[in-house]
Order: sequence, then C-alpha cells, then structure tokens
Amino acid sequence: MLFKLSLKNIRKSFKDYAIYFFTLILGVAIFYVFNAIESQTVLLNVTATTRDIITLMTNMLSGVSVFVSLILGFLIIYASRFLIKRRNKEFGIYLTLGMSKRKISTILFIETLFIGIISLFVGIFIGAILSQVMSLLVANMFEADMTKFTFIFSKSACIKTLLYFSIMYLIVMIFNVINISRCKLIDLINHSKKTEKVKLKNPILCIIIFIIAIIMLVYAYYKVTIDVESLSTPDKIFIPIILGCISTFLIFWSLSGLILKIVKSIKGLYYRGLNSFILKQISSKINTTVVSMTIICLMLFVTICVLSSSLSIKNSMSANLEELAPVDIALTKTRNITAEKAQEYGYNTAYIEDSFLPITDSLSKLDFDVSKYLKDMVTVHYYVDEALTVEKTLGSYYEETKKTLPFLTYNMPEEIVTVSEYNEVAKLYGNETFTLDEDEYIIIADYDSMIEVRNEALKRNTPITLLGKTYYPKYSECQNGFIAISSNHINAGIIIVPDSAVDDSLLERESLIANYKASDDTGRKNIEEVIINLANHPYISSTNLEASTKLSIYESSVGLGAMVTFIGLYLGIIFLISSAAILALKELSESTDNIDRYKMLRKLGVEERMLNKALFMQIFIFFIFPLILAIIHSIFGIEFCKFILETFGDKEMTKSITMTAIFLVVIYGGYFLITYYSSKNIIRNR
Amino acid sequence: MYMNILKIDKIEKYYGNKSSLTKAIDNISFSVDKGEFVAIMGASGSGKTTLLNSISTIDKVTSGHIYVEGEDITKLKGNELNAFRRDKLGFIFQDFNLLDTLTAYENIALSLSIKNVNYKEIDERIKKVAEELSIKHVLKKYPYQMSGGERQRVAAARAIITNPSIILADEPTGALDSKSSKMLLEKFNYLNQELDATILMVTHDAFTASYASRVIFIKDGKIFNEIIRGNDTRKAFFDKIIDVVTLLGGDLNDAL
Ligand SMILES: Nc1ncnc2c1ncn2[C@@H]1O[C@H](COP(=O)(O)OP(=O)(O)O)[C@@H](O)[C@H]1O
Ligand SMILES: [Mg+2]
Repeated sequence: MLFKLSLKNIRKSFKDYAIYFFTLILGVAIFYVFNAIESQTVLLNVTATTRDIITLMTNMLSGVSVFVSLILGFLIIYASRFLIKRRNKEFGIYLTLGMSKRKISTILFIETLFIGIISLFVGIFIGAILSQVMSLLVANMFEADMTKFTFIFSKSACIKTLLYFSIMYLIVMIFNVINISRCKLIDLINHSKKTEKVKLKNPILCIIIFIIAIIMLVYAYYKVTIDVESLSTPDKIFIPIILGCISTFLIFWSLSGLILKIVKSIKGLYYRGLNSFILKQISSKINTTVVSMTIICLMLFVTICVLSSSLSIKNSMSANLEELAPVDIALTKTRNITAEKAQEYGYNTAYIEDSFLPITDSLSKLDFDVSKYLKDMVTVHYYVDEALTVEKTLGSYYEETKKTLPFLTYNMPEEIVTVSEYNEVAKLYGNETFTLDEDEYIIIADYDSMIEVRNEALKRNTPITLLGKTYYPKYSECQNGFIAISSNHINAGIIIVPDSAVDDSLLERESLIANYKASDDTGRKNIEEVIINLANHPYISSTNLEASTKLSIYESSVGLGAMVTFIGLYLGIIFLISSAAILALKELSESTDNIDRYKMLRKLGVEERMLNKALFMQIFIFFIFPLILAIIHSIFGIEFCKFILETFGDKEMTKSITMTAIFLVVIYGGYFLITYYSSKNIIRNR
Repeated sequence: MYMNILKIDKIEKYYGNKSSLTKAIDNISFSVDKGEFVAIMGASGSGKTTLLNSISTIDKVTSGHIYVEGEDITKLKGNELNAFRRDKLGFIFQDFNLLDTLTAYENIALSLSIKNVNYKEIDERIKKVAEELSIKHVLKKYPYQMSGGERQRVAAARAIITNPSIILADEPTGALDSKSSKMLLEKFNYLNQELDATILMVTHDAFTASYASRVIFIKDGKIFNEIIRGNDTRKAFFDKIIDVVTLLGGDLNDAL
C-alpha cells in the first residue's frame, strides 16, 4: 500500500518537481564529469610534465568534490524541505485518516529512495556522455592531440558519485523523518490557510537604509578598485567583502519597500492591467526572502568572478609566453664560488672548479655538442656587489617605502649587467636597446609593483656607487625588459651599467641564451629530450648548471592555467546551479499558493495572455533582481581579480566574460524557463 | 420593453464516462429578464453550481444553448470566453472571493484595470460603489483584516462596478452569520432595485432566497418548481418557499 502510494506520488512529482529532478540529475552529472577527468585523460598523448599536472589537478578536483558535495547536500536538504512544505496538506490528510507518523516517514523514505535511484542512474548516464565532451576540452586545454576517440566510462568516478550521493540522500531521509516527527497536525492542515501579511515598511527608513547601503557599497567598490594598493595584507580585503555582503542585504531590504511605494504612488501605472497584482506578488515575497535573495546574489557574484577569471587565466598565460619566453632555452650557472661560500654550503672541489668554467665548457664536459644543437647564442654575465643592495638603489626613498611595503627584502644585492651584453639579449628578444654615457645607469624591469617603487627613486635621481665610481639614472623611469625567460612578468629590476663599470671580481652568474638548431616542432622536441637526458650524465653532480626551456615553462604554465580553469569551472557551475535552484524552488513553492489567485483572476475574465505575462513578469523580476546586483558587483569584482592576476599579464577578459555569460544564460536562464513553464503548469491545472 | 438578458435553452451536463454517468443538469430551460433577481434553490448535489458554472462559461455544457444578450455563449472559445466573463459577468462566491495580497480598494480596482479603464475613472467609480455598499471604511484593508460580511460586500462591489449584464452569486451568504447575511442581501436588493442590476443567485437557504423576485427550484438536475414573489411581502414569500422546500423533501440545510 505504502509502496503504491509512494510510487503514485513520485509520478505526480515528476511533473511538479521538474526542478528538483533537474537539479539532482545535473548535480550528479557534474560531479561525475569532474571526477572522471583522470580516467578520461589516461589515453591522452601528453608529456611527463603535463601528466604530473593532470594528476595534481585530479587530486585537487577530488578535494574540491568534498566541498561540492557539501554544497549539493545543503541544496538537496533545502529542496526536499520545500517539497515537504508543499505537501503539508497531503500529510495532514493522511494523519487525520489515522495514518501514523511512522508510516508517513516510510512513504517519504521510499520516495527519497526512488528519486535517489532514478536521479543517480540518469545523472551518471548524462555525466558519462558529457565527460566525452570533457575529454575533448581537457585535450584542448593541455594542448594534447587526441590520437583517437574512445568512449571511456570511469568506474571509479561512478562508484564515488554513488557513494557521495547515497550519503547525501541518507542525510535527507534522516532530515525528513525528523521533520515529520516534529510537526503537529494542526499546522499541517492550517498551512494553506495562512495568508502572509504584507508588511509595509516605513518609506523614510527605507530611503535612509538604501542611501547607507549605497555609500557602503561605493566605499567597498572604491577599496577594491581605485584604492586597491591599500589592501596590502590579506586581512584587509575582508572589510570590503563584509561591507559588500551587508550592503547587498540592505539594498534588497530597502528596495522591496521602496519599489512598491514608488510604483504605488504613480497611480496610472499601478492601476493598469494586472500591475497592482504583479507588484504585490513580488513585494510580498521579497519581504520574506530578502535573506535568500542576498545569498543568491552573492553566490552569483562569486560565480561570475570565478568563471570569468579562471577562464581567462589560460588565455593570458599562453599570450604571455609568446612575449616572455622568446627563445627556446636559457642555461644558468653560478660562477666563481668563493672558498668561504663553498665551506658554508659544503660544496666539493669538483663543484667549485666547475663554477670557474664558462657554461659552454660545462656543456662539453656533459658531452653536449653546442654547435650541433644550439644557435643564436648569447652569453650574459650577472655581476653583484654585496654593498649595492635594493636599499641603496632606492636611496632617499627607502625610508618611505619601508613603511608602506614592510615585506620587501631590502638587503638583497642588485643584479648588474653590462649594456653591451644586455643589448645582445634585447636584440635577440626583439626588445629595445640602449646606449649609456660613462656615468649613467638604467634599470630594466617588467614587474609592475616594483617598477612603481623604483620609478620614484629614479625620479629623485638616486646615484649608485660601483667600484668607487658613481653613476646616475639615465631615465627617470624603469625601462621595460627582461633577461630570464619565464611565464610571467617577474623581473623586479636589473641594473644596466656601462661595460667599464664592472670587472670579474664581481661576477656572480652566467646565462647562456639560445634557440634550438631545428626547423620544426619535432626537431625541437628531440633536442629538448637531449637536454632532459643531461640529468642522467655522471658529470651533472659536479656542476650547478640549470636549464629552463621554453617548452617546460610552457607546459607547466599551460597546465597550471588549465588546472585553475577546471577548478573554477567546477565550482562556478555548482554555485550557479545552487543559486538558480534555490530561486526556482522558492518560486515554485509560491506557485502552489498562487493557484487560487490565478483561478480567481481567470474567473474575473483576465485573458490567458495577460495571466501568462503576469506570471512571467513575477518570476522574471525575481530572477533578474539578484542577477543585476550580482553583475554590478562583478564589474568591480573582476577589476579586483584582474589586479590579483596581474602577474599573469594579459588583462584582456572579453573572451572569458563572454564564456561566463553563455554559462549564465544557459544554466540560470534554463532554470528560469523551467520555473516559468512549471509554474504555468501548476496554475493551469484546477 | 421586454428583454431576455439570459436565455437557457435545453441544456444538459453529464459527468463521467459510459460506465458511471452523472446527469448533473438534465434538460433545463428558463429565461431571466433584465432587472430580475432570481434565486436558484436545491439540495446539495442537485446541480446548482454546475448550472452557474455553465452560465459563467467556467464549465462547458454537454448539449443545449445559453444566450446572453442574444449571443450564444456555448459557442465561445479561448480568449472570447475570458473577454465575455470580463465584460458581461460579475462574480460573487462563497469564499476565495478576494485576492489576499490586495487591499479592498485594489481588489475592486482590478476588475476595471483589466479592462484598461484609466485610474481617474477607476477612483471615481470605486468611491461611488463603496458609498452604495457601505464599505468606505474598509477600502484600505486587506481581506484578512475584514469580517466575512465586509468581504462579501467588497466582492459584490467588485462584481457590479463593471456594470455587468448579469451578476452571478454562488451561495454568497454561505459563510456568513445571519446579521451579515441580511446586510448583504439588503445590498443585493438595493443593487437590483436602485441600480437595475440583474442578479442570478444560487442558494440552499430559504431565507436568502426570499429576497429574490423569483425562485427556481431544481432537483436531480431538473427544474422542479418555480415561484414568483409578485406583490407578496418578504415574509409571505418566505413561507411560500418553505412550502416548496417541504414538498422537495425536508430542510435543505440538513441536506447539505
Ligand atoms: N467535476 C465533476 N465530476 C464529476 N461529477 C461532478 C463534478 N462536479 C459535480 N459533479 C456531480 O454533479 C452533481 C451536481 O453537483 P453540483 O452542481 O456541485 O451540486 P450543488 O452545487 O447543487 O451542490 C453532483 O452529483 C456531483 O457529484
Ligand atoms: Mg454548490
């Protein structure tokens, strides 16, 4: 009997609770897809570096999955609570008929079980299909070629999904039982008769609160954009975040009162068509749902920021690399290790001896044929004077900087390069070259925050002393450039001096910059293999030679970018689903109360078209309100993200914002439409 | 001038399928003239609501025709039905009369605003009708803040403000105490006599029916009897009604 009743209820639910099923299935599918990435990528043809990063990524994704399952768990409990509320009357009838609470719990238990099984089954099925698309995306992200397409089903992801969701459903069942056992018959029956009071707020108070909220918000916006430099320590960022949250709440609170008041005062508008009805529908709800509106708005905001910045990281990283790693390889070694240093670090003699050799000599000891593999070679020597530290180059500006930027290392010696050697590098990289007079120096840098500090010192014409001779800045600003290849703008400053300014006594490091002698990718990959294999040469322990290659930089940064993108995508989509689902459920549960209202309107002779328009407007406004505020928040939030991501260079986010918009429209819009059509369905049946 | 505002012509309404058929209305015909106040009486389940729903186009008849001001409304479809209800009918029901989210004023205004009447006229007409039905003091209140009688009078105001051809009332006093019932019915009389409104009211209560100018009795979906008040006092008419009710088989109140 109970079994039959449950089945009947579920069949009914399929139509009524489309949103619930949709969310569960989507949740299961997404969960499966992101946990199946590892299995999906097993067959990908990638290098060892990339493989490592993929492993790291899947580990992180599975950590994030725990968090995601928490969110989904909350969502499911929330949803099922709504559904139970909707059915209070039904349960009330069961109870008056003499059915025990235990039996009702059993009905709910069976229902949850069924819903769980169906959603898991369908969700994993859809997830399995989606994860094939995911394979393509992963391959694209890691720039691996898909040698052949094979349909992969991840058993481990499937088991994991089953396990996690079973736990979630179990918790839901427990919650339901507690809920039922606590409720009283009288509440269940009276539930539908309760009419909510439309409380009118004091308009003057609303205006005051609204203005306060706007001021708070503007201040928070100002803090994270124009005044962003002042957020030097991580804890300071909490102030604008908290202000933003509070003001969001206050805006919804005050607007709900104000809008009604304003429209009501425009009588011609208020008493036109169903406007008065629509407005009351919305405002009566906004009154009671300010908190959830706030949460939804903030979640949407986080979603938009996470999605658009994570999607842009990979792009910006790739774009950066073209500029920042213009050559195939840079070999570096520390030169002329002194006896004291050797003792301090416990270097052996072979090691010290090697440090007195130029890079090319070390390479031939490693049996590496320079002329066979390398071309466009440029050698750069870095000189260091222990006395010439950052503190010295900042000169009189040092005292001020120390106060504002206490975390900078000021006692580090500056790196010095001669102008002729720098020009060689610059020529190879396609950067600007310079000429210097006998008493001039230049600072080359591309790390924005450091440039700002150094510029001030240069403006003050701060002199530096090298080997007893004094030099003055040629320019009042740092010049753009770098020597070491990398994935980011990280050159905090290299001092360029005339060739005569330094001698071998100051020599610290040597760098050999070159391209591979190869005409195509395969050739370059082969030489890269040779370089990697040098690690197995017996002489390698006697030298401190280090290589950084364009390919390895590329792979690790592309991998890092992809990793961030995937985690961002995962969290972003889950957040989006959660907020849209909460809204949709809320709206649907209201629709039940609305059946009678719409029925009455129909009796009054309101045309179907007008009714649908009213329903549409009511749901649309409810969905668009948090979205609008979230988008406004995001404009500033994304600015802030750009600031954080500055080291990754490229600030162009149009593409990723477009992608985010597509996600928003598809998922959020999808939920909106389902809500609208389900509500229409609910108010249609009599 | 004589004019049939409502003409019901041999209507039938069946519910159910071949195996279990309910004849809710079984060949009913009658007409209502302009300015008449007609009560329809019958026991619970006799088909009163079905009859009213057929006239109001909420339900479709199985066969027969219903003419309102000469137009056959059984032929209407889709939005024509809505437009017909909006323009020709006024409704008063036992409960669920008013939208709980709107004030009395807004509830009344709604039936005009959906006809695109401008605000100035809406306001004037509401003031007038509120005066007539003595509901001026509740205009700013929400339904839950009003008494049952006030709610029904607001519903009546909403029903007549559009100047409908017919006002349909289904058990309008069903949820009211006798004092409120009396007050509402007196207002009905006022609407009928002073404003020349045509009212068709369904009831199972003899007292309520005694306010009408004509009472039609139905039993098992058929017209059983019909009496006209003529120049009788309300009391005398009430006694006549009771006679028919006894003939019909006992107190209708108990039958409910
Ligand atoms: N939707 C329906 N489906 C089937 N039978 C119905 C339906 N509505 C009413 N009936 C039947 O039609 C008859 C008349 O009902 P109704 O018009 O509601 O009576 P009254 O309003 O006089 O109490 C009753 O026997 C009732 O059971
Ligand atoms: Mg009835």
